[in-house]
Amino acid sequence: MSTTTIAAVDVELNDEGFFVHPEQWTEEMAPELARREGIDTLSDAHWQVIRFMRSEFFAKGTGPTVRVLGKTSGVSVKELYQLFPKGPAKIAARIAGIPKPRGCI
Amino acid sequence: MADTAKPHPIEKLSIIISKGSLDGVYPGLIMANGARAEGIDVDLFFTFFGLDAIHKERHEHIKMATVGNPGLHFVTMLGGLPGVSSVMTHYMNHKMEKLDIPSIPEFVEMIADTGAGLYACKASVDLFGLEKNDFIPQVNDIITVGEFYEKAAGGQIIFT
Repeated sequence: MSTTTIAAVDVELNDEGFFVHPEQWTEEMAPELARREGIDTLSDAHWQVIRFMRSEFFAKGTGPTVRVLGKTSGVSVKELYQLFPKGPAKIAARIAGIPKPRGCI
Repeated sequence: MADTAKPHPIEKLSIIISKGSLDGVYPGLIMANGARAEGIDVDLFFTFFGLDAIHKERHEHIKMATVGNPGLHFVTMLGGLPGVSSVMTHYMNHKMEKLDIPSIPEFVEMIADTGAGLYACKASVDLFGLEKNDFIPQVNDIITVGEFYEKAAGGQIIFT
């Protein structure tokens, strides 16, 4: 666990770079978090996924897997991997300030 | 390298699926899909009866192996009775559907959508008298074992 400054605010990240306290996250932090993941600009589709990740997390206690994202976020699996090539659910969770989604499928 | 150094993450996998039963196909698919979700590059190589998982007519009819499968914990002779494999397959599919695990055709298509490569083994394709047309359109190519090793270079290989 470490304290990192994102958009001029100190936040706690775990060893894998996920937020320890999702409530510390603000939308202003997303562009900087995205750049850390190699994503230079956040498109509307990126935002659609990020907002969906957060609403799912707060509703269900865990973020959605890629399969769930593909079925319910309105963004297809193919497009999800174009938006987040290094793993849609994992990378979007980092940018959305929620813990890593747990699920095998 | 110091003992405390973080191990190097896995970056690339080649997963071989060699069996044509439900319990033979799913593990490789789950590992492939899970690897892509972690951002790991994946190629899937289907060989022998594993080819059924990408066969247009057969991939919807993959069955549980009920003979010679001690994991089922029932009498071997029972597993060979007509219909037992179908009933067990139906039961497993129903259980998996409840857990939102996709069917094999849907799962293979999804894995292709994640950007994984799908390849059929040339020796097996020749052995069974098949051709590219017999496979689902997501299959990238029919390749030799040598070409498989070239593709697998620099990564790790999982045989299922």
